[in-house]
Amino acid sequence: MSVLVNKDSKIIVQGFTGSEGTFHAGQMIEYGTNVVGGVTPGKGGQTHLDRPVFNTVSEAVEKVGADTTIIFVPPAFAADAIMEAADAGIKVIITITEGIPVADMIKAADYIKDKGSRLVGPNCPGVITPGEAKVGIMPGFVFKKGKVGIVSKSGTLTYEAADQVVKQGLGITTAIGIGGDPIIGTTTKEAVELLINDPETKAVVMIGEIGGQLEADAANWYKESGSKKPVVGFIAGETAPAGRTMGHAGAIVGGSDDTAQAKKKIMRACGIHVVDSPAEIGKKVAEVL
Amino acid sequence: MNLHEYQGKELLNSFGVRIQRGIVAHSANEAVDAAKQLTAETGTSWHVIKAQVHAGGRGKGGGVKLAKNLQEVEEIAGNIIGMNLVTPQTSAEGKKVHQVLVAEDVYYPGDSEPEEYYMSVLLNRGVGRNMIMYSTEGGMDIEQVAEETPHLIFTEEIDPAVGILPFQARRVAFNLGLSGTAFKEMTKFVTALYTAYVKSDASLFEINPVLKTSDDKILAVDSKVTLDDNALYRHRDLAELRDLREENPIEVEAGSLGLNYVDLDGNVGCMVNGAGLAMATMDLIKHSGGEPANFLDVGGTADASRVEAAFKIILKDPNVKAILINIFGGIVRCDRVAQGVIDAYKNLGNINVPIIVRLQGTNADIAKELIDNSGLDVLSATEFQEAADKVQEVLS
Repeated sequence: MSVLVNKDSKIIVQGFTGSEGTFHAGQMIEYGTNVVGGVTPGKGGQTHLDRPVFNTVSEAVEKVGADTTIIFVPPAFAADAIMEAADAGIKVIITITEGIPVADMIKAADYIKDKGSRLVGPNCPGVITPGEAKVGIMPGFVFKKGKVGIVSKSGTLTYEAADQVVKQGLGITTAIGIGGDPIIGTTTKEAVELLINDPETKAVVMIGEIGGQLEADAANWYKESGSKKPVVGFIAGETAPAGRTMGHAGAIVGGSDDTAQAKKKIMRACGIHVVDSPAEIGKKVAEVL
Repeated sequence: MNLHEYQGKELLNSFGVRIQRGIVAHSANEAVDAAKQLTAETGTSWHVIKAQVHAGGRGKGGGVKLAKNLQEVEEIAGNIIGMNLVTPQTSAEGKKVHQVLVAEDVYYPGDSEPEEYYMSVLLNRGVGRNMIMYSTEGGMDIEQVAEETPHLIFTEEIDPAVGILPFQARRVAFNLGLSGTAFKEMTKFVTALYTAYVKSDASLFEINPVLKTSDDKILAVDSKVTLDDNALYRHRDLAELRDLREENPIEVEAGSLGLNYVDLDGNVGCMVNGAGLAMATMDLIKHSGGEPANFLDVGGTADASRVEAAFKIILKDPNVKAILINIFGGIVRCDRVAQGVIDAYKNLGNINVPIIVRLQGTNADIAKELIDNSGLDVLSATEFQEAADKVQEVLS
């Protein structure tokens, strides 16, 4: 078992023939991911990386049965790509693109909400189920197969956490990069819930950062669920000043309730094993398992 | 990106939001001319002189003053322009004032008492929609209102598919206790304000106070406008309003080099790939007994030229006593980053602070060997904790 993506996912790449799309699609294919084609408007009918290129997502759904997409489309056109994927009936839409205007994401999030699609991202590293499917830009070799699920807003910090977990002799079921933007599809709570409900996942690592209420919502859900599966948590940005955006558009302390300290307090109160040092994530996971 | 009050007001006015009128001036003489022109246009006899800097609480620092005649306009403008304005939102040194807004007096007496309200438009991240937040308690610190009298703060969430609806604008006006002409004016004001917010791709509008004048007009007396940086590509005219004098010069320089840098007060500089890992590295520095001197995300391609640029930026800060480089190499290979660090170090020559380089991921072992054999005064590490221990070591 795994969540969101596995060896049977039929994956297409939107923005397939661009430089980012080409590079990362190549890496995904090399990893063994089931990439069935791609979409670049105006280049339909061509072949790229030995796979068919389609003009529209609906054509890709029709011809090769695509159910999952990964989006590398530039920021100005990315929200449109998300809506096109949802309209075509794609089930899992993973958006890597960073820098999408907030207004565009408000519209896209509203448009897709009743379409039965799950959006992951934007501004995220993607999702990986080790040994089955890498639908993202993460280095595949870091993620060894195992029993720990990871949810994170960040890219390299996810790799760091996975590396620490693997070095403890454990491995990963699925790692979900939910993204660092103010508006994202799958929330921390939804991602944690998916992993808690996955029988193969025996523990969850939840990595958040300053800004917003997602970690508090996830912590409250976890407490109410009564789950006995341990969750290890870390919040980045304890040393970040208020009112400044720290790289990720969503990483900004707006008030007293979205600081790292406030989030960690709620998480601890909800039974999450919070570490204060980012170097102790792996050790803590080994300890609670 | 933040706008000055006068820029924000011009933006609002262009979308039909009524504003307290004013003219920006860069000298005492210009301020007098502006005051004369305003009197001719609006009939105002008094003028308000307001320092134009990117910081709230300007009144508390003496940056907003009433002038009752032209002599006072000249005097006050002369005093404010060039001063270092210290407000609760600036550093202790304050912010240099380059210009003032000479504005009409809108608190004139009349048939009814003037009333002040608070109004802002912003994203409600929890639901992914914009909302209008407003209160009868205008002119006050809204955080304080939220703490002491939360029942006096109202919100109106806007459905993105249809925008602000007439009944919502009416609800705002009713909740603010308005009737008659002022009621109608408020519905127009809030509708125009929301339209301006959406059309300009703003991420924050804060109007404090919104004023009901003694003759029942509704207008914006102040404006705080923040625009979505990611949407500036479709608002070239607004992008040009950026005032670099209001920003930290090192941050501006870093930005022009494609580095995401935030200046902090600590003693350990850091250079990291990825925003989340960069924040975590700052936190780790603190746990090792130091204080982070900066946030710096070098991005995905940490090659020699970027590493060198990042070194130069970090070393501009005289408080930096050590530098921690933390790169998790995924797609980017660690040995190439290591070579970049070595080349940059040699190019720069005199780096007088200890450097700890932690490289993890693709080819981390080759990278460590490169660093260790380089003959440079650089400590290498592969594990996060090891890097933390070395930071502690060099600080003690």
